[in-house]
Amino acid sequence: MSLRLAFCGILLLAIAAGAAGLAFGESGLEHPRWQGHGIAPPAKDFPLPEIVSGYWFRTKETQAIQDDDFNNPGFFAIEQGEELWSKPDGAAGKSCASCHQDAAATMKGVGAAMPKWSAKLEKPVNLEQQINICRGERMQAAPWEFGSAELTAMTTYVRFQSRGMPVNVRIDGPMAPWFDRGKELYHTRNGQLDLACANCHERNYGKYLRADFLSQGQSNGFPVYRLREQRLVPLHERMEGCIFDVRGIPYPPLSDEAVALELYLAWRGTGLPVETPAVRN
Amino acid sequence: MAEFKPRIRLDKKEVKKGETVDVKTLVSHIMETGFRHDPDGKLIPRMIINTFTSELNGKFVFGCDLESAVSANPYFEFKFKPEESGTLKFTWIDDEGVRIEATETITVT
Amino acid sequence: MWESMSRREVLNVGAGAVAAGVGLTAGPARALNDYAEQIKKFTGGKTPVEGRVKLDLPELAENGNTVPLSVAVEAPMAGVHVEEILVVAPANPNARVIRFRFSPMSVPEASTRIRLAETQNVIAVAKLSDGTFLQATRQIKVTIGGCGG
Repeated sequence: MSLRLAFCGILLLAIAAGAAGLAFGESGLEHPRWQGHGIAPPAKDFPLPEIVSGYWFRTKETQAIQDDDFNNPGFFAIEQGEELWSKPDGAAGKSCASCHQDAAATMKGVGAAMPKWSAKLEKPVNLEQQINICRGERMQAAPWEFGSAELTAMTTYVRFQSRGMPVNVRIDGPMAPWFDRGKELYHTRNGQLDLACANCHERNYGKYLRADFLSQGQSNGFPVYRLREQRLVPLHERMEGCIFDVRGIPYPPLSDEAVALELYLAWRGTGLPVETPAVRN
Repeated sequence: MAEFKPRIRLDKKEVKKGETVDVKTLVSHIMETGFRHDPDGKLIPRMIINTFTSELNGKFVFGCDLESAVSANPYFEFKFKPEESGTLKFTWIDDEGVRIEATETITVT
Repeated sequence: MWESMSRREVLNVGAGAVAAGVGLTAGPARALNDYAEQIKKFTGGKTPVEGRVKLDLPELAENGNTVPLSVAVEAPMAGVHVEEILVVAPANPNARVIRFRFSPMSVPEASTRIRLAETQNVIAVAKLSDGTFLQATRQIKVTIGGCGG
């Protein structure tokens, strides 16, 4: 009896949701047309039927800003990154260019394959961490703080050298337990709203969450220029925001959890073109 | 702020008299509205670019008076028909009086 | 589909959709600012005539912090040019958004990106060199979506 009642309750809610959704749909407002822009998943048991970049879940006005390198304010960071690349810093008197010469040549493909295994540290490292490792070990320069303009600019500049290349991270060998951890975190319910990443971004992408159009939560465009913040936002900060939004306690940026999640997220976007610096909501 | 060179793009730099030039400008600026509060609850004072001007050989072409409602990293696009060849000067001025300037050359045949 | 969705997921999506649906039909919740005064100051008391001004805004703002806006005035009569265009947002903390200033060299068009606090009717008023004023109004829906992020 109570089961039938519960089912009726769900059905009513579903009808209300459908009706409200229809009302919104019939309001004549144009919805982002993401269908048909996906790529095939790399394996049969992939959690998504197709992989779609966040680009396709944004309005055409937002896409227009990303499409125009001149108009995309994310490119200020590319300019800053380029300057920092050749600027000597630290006791060794070196710059990134001292070892890596022309970033366009030497950094090509690097961003598309991060996070990568570090044999020395015996854990995966992401791009921000690798930049600071280089600064510390090779340049004898102080690490840049996460979220600082310099670190975000350099991360954007380096990842930008992979723009257009397909995301492809290694999840085998020593990476496997970190991949599993990331997968577990992706499916763990968080916070007062008790939602996991999967609840929105796997089960309900292409639907509205209140008035926000849900994407698959892909990471191929990061660091992204967020219209909301009006600045570049690195991935771990965005993940912090998501978990904060469900009234949970975020994983600190560059923590093991955050890196494991980043690895898993990158795998979920296998094959998507790197779009850094993407433009998103 | 002014560490980043303002970006200017003219769709053409050589035109015949009477032709239209499309100008796009983008400058890096936080455009602090004056409505936000810091973590201690104190109001963060307004700090925006309040004026943008473009001149051709010193003659006014196009400009705007900005308020807090202009987004960060102000973007402008405008069109004009240059009367003569010369230097296009672009100036942004913010609430502290800081000036950001840039120039482009244009040829009119 | 309903079997795979947990009750909580249905609740969240359903309640959200209803809220979104209701929210979009209502007008701005905030009291309007002094936009009418600002327009009056701009026109010196004259009433602008609706028309011949093209005000382009998205129907639904992706995010209220960065909304692309374009204004244009259809070619005025010979000898008359557009001097200024004032844009006001009635439901923003401040009514004035931006004032474009043109010269005889200008084509009377301009684009920028603006901040809008909520759903409202944005108004663009154009001042012509012959002392007349034209106006266009455009509604745009601005929401805070998702979980508040």
